[in-house]
Formats: sequence, C-alpha cells, structure tokens
Amino acid sequence: MDLSFGPEYESFRDEVRAFCARHGSRSPKMGTGLGGGRPGPELREWQRLLIEHGYAARTVPVAYGGFGAEPDILKRVIIDEELNRAGVSRGIGGQGPDMLVPTMLEHGSEEQKTRWIGPTIRGEVVWCQGYSEPNAGSDLAAVQTRGVEDGTDFIVNGQKIWTTTAHASDMMFGLIRTEPNASKHGGLSYILIAMDTPGIDVRPLATMTGEAEFNEVFFTDVRVPQANVIGRRGDGWTIANTTLKHERNSLASSALLDGAMRQLVALMRRETANGVRAIDSPLLRDRLLRLQARVEALKYHSLRMLTARTRNEFPVVAALVTKLAGCEVSHQINVLAIDAMGELGTLYEGSPRERNHGRWQSQMMFTLGLIIGGGTAQIQKNIISERGLGLPREPKAGSGR
Amino acid sequence: MDFGLSQEQSLLEESLRRYLRDECPVTRIRDLVAETPGRDGGVWADLCALGVGGLLIAEEHGGSGLALLDAAVAAESLAWGVAPGPFLGSAVMAPLALAAAGSAEQRVRLLPRLAEGSLRIGVAATEMVCRRDDAGVVERGGALSGMALMVLDGVDADQLLVPLDDGASLLLVAADAPGVKRTTLRTIDRTRGFAEVAFDGAVGEWVGERGAAGDACRRMLDAGRVILAADILGASERAIEMAVDYAKQRQQFGRVIGSFQAVKHMCAEMVAELEPARSLVWYAAHAFDAVPDEASLMAAHAKAHLSEIGPSIVRTATEVHGGIGFTDELNLHYWFKRVGVDRQLLGSPDALRESAARMQGWI
Repeated sequence: MDLSFGPEYESFRDEVRAFCARHGSRSPKMGTGLGGGRPGPELREWQRLLIEHGYAARTVPVAYGGFGAEPDILKRVIIDEELNRAGVSRGIGGQGPDMLVPTMLEHGSEEQKTRWIGPTIRGEVVWCQGYSEPNAGSDLAAVQTRGVEDGTDFIVNGQKIWTTTAHASDMMFGLIRTEPNASKHGGLSYILIAMDTPGIDVRPLATMTGEAEFNEVFFTDVRVPQANVIGRRGDGWTIANTTLKHERNSLASSALLDGAMRQLVALMRRETANGVRAIDSPLLRDRLLRLQARVEALKYHSLRMLTARTRNEFPVVAALVTKLAGCEVSHQINVLAIDAMGELGTLYEGSPRERNHGRWQSQMMFTLGLIIGGGTAQIQKNIISERGLGLPREPKAGSGR
Repeated sequence: MDFGLSQEQSLLEESLRRYLRDECPVTRIRDLVAETPGRDGGVWADLCALGVGGLLIAEEHGGSGLALLDAAVAAESLAWGVAPGPFLGSAVMAPLALAAAGSAEQRVRLLPRLAEGSLRIGVAATEMVCRRDDAGVVERGGALSGMALMVLDGVDADQLLVPLDDGASLLLVAADAPGVKRTTLRTIDRTRGFAEVAFDGAVGEWVGERGAAGDACRRMLDAGRVILAADILGASERAIEMAVDYAKQRQQFGRVIGSFQAVKHMCAEMVAELEPARSLVWYAAHAFDAVPDEASLMAAHAKAHLSEIGPSIVRTATEVHGGIGFTDELNLHYWFKRVGVDRQLLGSPDALRESAARMQGWI
C-alpha cells in the first residue's frame, strides 16, 4: 500500500501543472459533458494544444494524429487530476474519441484508421453510438435494424433509440443486422454511417428531466457502403463488446461523486428549516454520513481497481460492482439534497427561489437514467452473479434465432 | 501508486485461511467454545506460532513490527474462519497502548509475552465509548473501584487494561489481584470471551502517567474499530461464499436455485455491498499508520459502514439457504452472530456517525 506516485510520476505531474499554469487561460469554460453538441473553435484549439502536449489522444499513434505515447494508466490519472484541479477542460470526449477510436485502433482497416481517427480526435467529426433499439435494450443482441446487401452497399432500415448527440453528429457507429441467416449474436455487423445520408431522420427524445439529452434515429432505405464495416461482417457483437473495455477510468466518476458530496455538505450547512440548519437535524445528518461512507468507499475502490490494472490483475467481482454501486450513491446524494430543502427542493425550470439552477432535481432524475442506462441495475446483477460468481446463466429463449 | 495488498499480506491471508480450513474448521470450534465462550483450546497458541500475536509488536520485542493493514488482513481471515482467540485485545489494542504509553520496562516485560501468546490482556474499553448500568471505573489513591462491562477478550485474560473515566489514563491490573472480581458473560457469539469486572480497591500499575495516555487511548480505539470492521468483512465474505455455493447445488422446481434471478440478485447485492467496503477497510487501516489526519474519521466510517452492510449480508446469506440456513447444524449462524456482536462493539453505527460529524466540525 503506497499512495504516493513516486518521483518519475511527480515530475510528470509538475509538467502537467506547469502546462495548466501557462496555458490554462486558453481553456474553454467547462461545459456539461453529456448530451453536448459540436465542439466549438475554442474547444478544438484547446484540444489541439492538449494533443500536442500528450494530454489528449495520448496513446493514439502519431500516424493517426495522436501523441503516440505508451499506455500508462497512472499518467492518465495524473493528467485528469491536474486538469480537474486547474478547473480546465479535459478536452473533447464523447462517443467518438472515447469509444470509437480505441475500437477502430483494434479492429479497423488501415484506410479506416487513416481516414477517421485524426478528424475524430480533433473534434472535426462528431460521432454518435447506434446500439439500443426499442426492442433491443437489455437484450442488446436482439438488434433488428437490418442492412440488406445491394451491390457494394447495404440498404439499412430500422430504428435506433437513446442515441446521445445524434442531432449534432456527422457519423454513427452502430450495430446492424446484416446476416439474416446467422445466429442472433453472429448476425450483426459494426458499421459506420454518415448522418447526412438521405433516409435518416433524427428526432429528439425528451426525458423526464424535461431536457432532450437523447434522440431517436429512423432509417428508411439508407444506403451505406459495405466498406464501412469495421472488422468482418457478422463480427459486430464481438467488436461492440471490446468497446466496453475502453470505458473511461472509473476514477473520473468517483471524483464526480466526491464533488457532489462536497456540494451536498455545503447545501446542508446553508439550508434551514424553522431556523435549524439541515446539517443540525440528526436524521438528515445521519443520512449524510451514511452516504459519505459510501462515497469514501467508492473513492478507494476506484484506486484499488486502478492498482489492479497496473498489476495486470482482474478482480472480476470487484470490478463488476462499480457501476451498480456508484450510480445508486450518486442518485441518493441528490435525493438527500432535495429532502434537505423540503418544499423548496421541488422548484424547477428557473423558478424563483430555485437552488443551484435546479440541478439537484435534474441530477436526481438523470442519475435514475444512469441506473437504467448502459445495462440496467437488474442486468448488472445478472452479470455480477453469472460472470462474477459463476451462478448458472438465465435460460435464453430464442438464442437460435 | 499502489492501493492493494502486498505479496506478504496475501501470504499471511493464505496461511491463516489454510490453518483455519485444515486444522480448525467450525465443527472443531463449536466443541471448543461449547462450555466457555472464547475459550480456544490451543488455537491461540497455534495462531501465535503463525505470528498472529506479534504482528503489531516491534521486532525488538519479539514481534514483526507490521502495520494495522497487516493486522486487518489477519482479522479478516480470522473472522472468515470464526476463529476464537483474543486477537482484538491481546494482539491489537493492548500492544498498541503499551507501545504508545507504556514505560520501556513495561514494554520489555510485557510485549514479548503478548507476541508469543503466553500473556493475555483483556481491554476494558467499552465505557470509553458508552456507559450503561452505571458502569465505569475510578481511581483513588492508586486503588480502583467500579465496574467494567463487556471487557474485550476478558475471559482467560491474565491482565486487564483499564482506561479511567478521564479518557486519558490507563492502568494495568492483574486479573487475579485482590479486589478484582471477574464474571464471564455470554453473548450470542461464543467465539469471543467477554467478561465483566468489578473493582473494589484493586491496585494496578500505571501505563503512562495519569492523564498522559489520551493519545494512546484514542489510537487504541481507532485501531479496535478498524479491526472490528475487518472482522465484519471477513465474516461477511465467508457467509457469501457459503450462500453462493449453496445456490449452485440446491435444486427446487427442477432447477438449481442459483439460476433464479430472485436468488441471483440477492447474491449480486451482497458482493456489490462488500467489495467497495473492503476498499474502505483497507484505506482506514492504511490511514491509521500513514494518514494521521484522517485516521479517526476513517476508523469511524469503516466501523459504522461495515456494521450496516455486514448484518444485512449475513441475513441475506441465511435467506439464500432457506430453512437450512436457520438450523443450528449448518453453522452459518456462527458468522451471523459474530457480525451481530461486532456491530455493537466500540461504538454503534449511529454513535460513530455522530462522532464522524463532530470530527469534521459539522456539529
């Protein structure tokens, strides 16, 4: 157990810190990250600077426009910590740089990598992910949107849903059923689709928060070149699953929890009912402390998972539980904040007396979305018990397809 | 940056679990403790031969001079096997207090014997946290009077470590000294031996000067809380193992019950609670030695949090077993009861959360 990073990493930290001190003023104001639109010129310029110094697209080879460093998870952590500390943007994230680029590096052809990776990491091409469908949610492999061969193209028909950023995207990477006679899992291909192709209709999908963070995407006779398949036809399921390996380090989310907890404490020291501060109510305070213990546990849990990665260990169960545990705590933090404000906790949509621009309510609802999205809590429990604990799989109906 | 167990710590865990699995299964422990709670036969001697007694004792005094994280790893394994023995009192709280506040002469005289297991010290720490039934010990002119309830590892202890009501003075009293009357208590957990001790003019030796052992008392309490959290961790882990194994074998409705989502999800929920909690226990143990500013807060959080999730895990593990879980024969209740006792010791979860709020200046 040693929580120091050692001299090599500390000097790297100094470098990042010096970069922030010198260039930090050029960073765009921090945006919301999720459901965002296209990166503007200021953010693209900041991203260029980050790539040049190796703080973005760090391990993407130079040939494709990246920095070309060896993977080093600790340096990545230090970069994130220092950019956060300085309050500057971490650059362009989202589905393209975070999900597509690593997948393409692993499975893409030389031509695909040369064409797409550079513009993607520079924020010139914006991507959305086309996985979920109305009838393929928890059962993702049940994707029905089909691509029928027509010369050198596929003709795509069907519908995707929960497509973040689709309204602002140039391209989609998605799962399309191209092999009607193959098995359920073996019939999918991982395909790149230009969003300006005729026949694509993007409609915003409003959620309970009142915002439209997501979209529905409809395909009517959309012509897509077969050359846009990543890897081989029919390998889409395997390729989409490797994407999951590239999910961002959980440290980022535990830092978010930590920040939310600090804001909650500040709120409870400020808000009063009958002249008594929320934090002076023994019942509310007890709930606060229960949550604090969980946030601390998750903070050190992510350090433990990080260490496991540097040691090339994979503690299956411990790794699988993080989403389930983290999303729930995140939701409960917002629930408690609302309770601490009582009646005023319901204020929304810019109402007079609303606190923090209504963020506690919108986050309470949004985190419920996170509990459901990316594999519902119940699917997470299936995965934990089956892959982690070795309990028998659910009998699968229709896996023959 | 390395947040995980060292190779040595993993080896310690392995060797303790091997011993407990092969030499000291719960069926043997049942017999050992049937008559007197906490009476361990030769188990404590065996464990001390494996180095358990001296983990926290300096090498110059016959121990291995390790850190609280090593002791937490040991505690987790001991609870995994519901091992009897005075680990909390004689291997953690007493040696830490003696090292912090004792004289050089006391350290030389007592620590080597604690390490080898030939001396047992019970710790009368309960009243440091909460007084019930008018208990508490006062000192007048070198003589002790009053009552200490729930003395940790008090059964079979040769000496008793007694903090006074001022929270800053410590005395060591021979358990067979005149004016000491010890009564064995019976809790739901037979694997640990609690006693209550009545003092009536008993004379002991000071550990540190009067009023000068406040730090030692606080450190002893923090360490005890972390070790209890680790105990809950190990006991809960074993209960989950038993439940998952059972869910893979037991058949009803023509299927193993572990293929039903209702059962599967119970198992997933147990590990989803346990694994982040393990990280919290490790950090609290690490902080005790390496991050002094956070040591007390993290000890309180770890103990409070594990005291919430542990009972819920052992209860769920019992339910996964169905009717057999409720039987005496299955022995799962040894882990259930161990956790139930841990939860109440050295501060109930609600009281610990209140002190955590105070430590942060919130109240």
